[in-house]
Amino acid sequence: MHIFEFIRPADPAAAIAAAAQSKTAQQGADVRFMGGGTTLIDLMKLNVETPDRVLDINRLPLDKIEATPDGGLKVGATVRNSDLAHHPKVQKDYLVLSQAILNGASAQIRNMATVSGNLLQRTRCVYFRDTAMSCNKREPGSGCPAITGHNRTLAILGASEHCIATNPSDMCVAMAALEATIYVQGPKGPRAIPFGDFHLLPANTPHRETSLEPGDLITHVTLPPPVVGSRQLYLKLRDRASYEFALASAAVVLTIVGGNITRARIALGGVGTKPWRSPEAERALTGKTATDVNFRQAAEAALRGAKPQSENGFKIELAKRCLAHALKMASTS
Amino acid sequence: MSDDDPKSRPPSPTRRKFLLTSGSGVAASLVAGYVPALVKDAAAESDSAPTSTAPTIEGSVPITLRINGKDHQLRIDPRTTLLDCIRETVVLTGTKKGCDHGQCGACTVHVNGKRVLSCLNLALMHDGEEITTVEGLGTPEAMHPMQASFLACDAYQCGYCTSGQIMSAVALLKEPCGPDDASVKELMSGNICRCGAYANIVEAIQQVRKNAVP
Repeated sequence: MHIFEFIRPADPAAAIAAAAQSKTAQQGADVRFMGGGTTLIDLMKLNVETPDRVLDINRLPLDKIEATPDGGLKVGATVRNSDLAHHPKVQKDYLVLSQAILNGASAQIRNMATVSGNLLQRTRCVYFRDTAMSCNKREPGSGCPAITGHNRTLAILGASEHCIATNPSDMCVAMAALEATIYVQGPKGPRAIPFGDFHLLPANTPHRETSLEPGDLITHVTLPPPVVGSRQLYLKLRDRASYEFALASAAVVLTIVGGNITRARIALGGVGTKPWRSPEAERALTGKTATDVNFRQAAEAALRGAKPQSENGFKIELAKRCLAHALKMASTS
Repeated sequence: MSDDDPKSRPPSPTRRKFLLTSGSGVAASLVAGYVPALVKDAAAESDSAPTSTAPTIEGSVPITLRINGKDHQLRIDPRTTLLDCIRETVVLTGTKKGCDHGQCGACTVHVNGKRVLSCLNLALMHDGEEITTVEGLGTPEAMHPMQASFLACDAYQCGYCTSGQIMSAVALLKEPCGPDDASVKELMSGNICRCGAYANIVEAIQQVRKNAVP
């Protein structure tokens, strides 16, 4: 592991000032915030991440879950995944988020991992994690051996000729469907980032994964007021029954009135280079009856742009069935 | 098969003590610069000044780690994981290193009463926090009910994952968990057992849950 200086900033302002000195907030950052450590320490051991300074944000006052004035929920950056998943308000009003988190990782990791860290979770692509291999995300311009190599678990949506790495988060899929907002405090002040604008597609800059700049500290995430009467579900399909990343997952938030779908929010996991909101599926469902045929049509719409890699063509049908089944389960719950 | 008979084994030194002694000797002679410097055991030497005969490593930093109710004042390399600090610096070897990447659960300990993976934590992150390892649960004479249950249910074969399994299982008792075996399996999925003692591990945990006062 690269040697680093361990710093515990006294307050968010000190953390931001220290992080602002980093040349980037993306891959290769020389200053990193440390939350639970479950991604960062793993990648530091692999020498994929080699920060010179590590800023421990765990004792900053960013660990609260509070109601917002409009009836939504404000979740602090260092709230642990397990605390969020088990929070009574989340279990009652944002069930899809609780389910998504509890479908991810293990109990130990959920006790450690923070909300902001989960937003910044890195891909599990084996080429990204192995410094002996080329990787455009890790070393821009070095090439992507995954395209012709082991890519069974990689992306079928949002990939480019430079990167096909999957975003591995479950929490982010639910937050995309719930239309969360990410709040950042940076050297130029605070700003709010709509969930869909936070993660970037790889295009020809796969080393840029988020819209964060040096010194940007995620302070909290807000969830909009719950949709009264909505039916929510997270369905995750994977090689093992537990403690495994998704091959395909679906977060669905449906409002059904008299058998008609009046509102749909859909996001997919395990298949995209970012948490994959599907406006195509939402359009296909809105105003339709809650039937198997319409669920399947929504799934077809969601995967219309999918492009298989050499080893993962099965994911297209798997993701369709995942979404159609999630819709059926949610509508009959 | 007299070798398998516990009574036929020499009484001492134990295998663990032998490995600890010989292992640390080899380590000290080969890579003295990398052996973390143990400055002072606060509880053992509470009335003496903080002195150290161990070499100070460039870049090492002071930390007080509270493990099993005992404060340890240490100097460590900032890169030291909580796991390596517990095993190599404080020399509590009940906590095991399996994968060292958060994939097996062998290194599970409790921090402020919650189970975490000590391999994906820096020791420096836990200055002043309450850390519990398997050594803090019970003793061979007065076992924690979960330790006794693992023994009674034969919930292990090689034993390497066992301390992590037990630390996870003890924490599970205080977590939201359905009454059925499936719920226990789900919440124990972060602890891998290559011998495949899972059925007996679930049985051991369920025995403790059944006997626990509600």
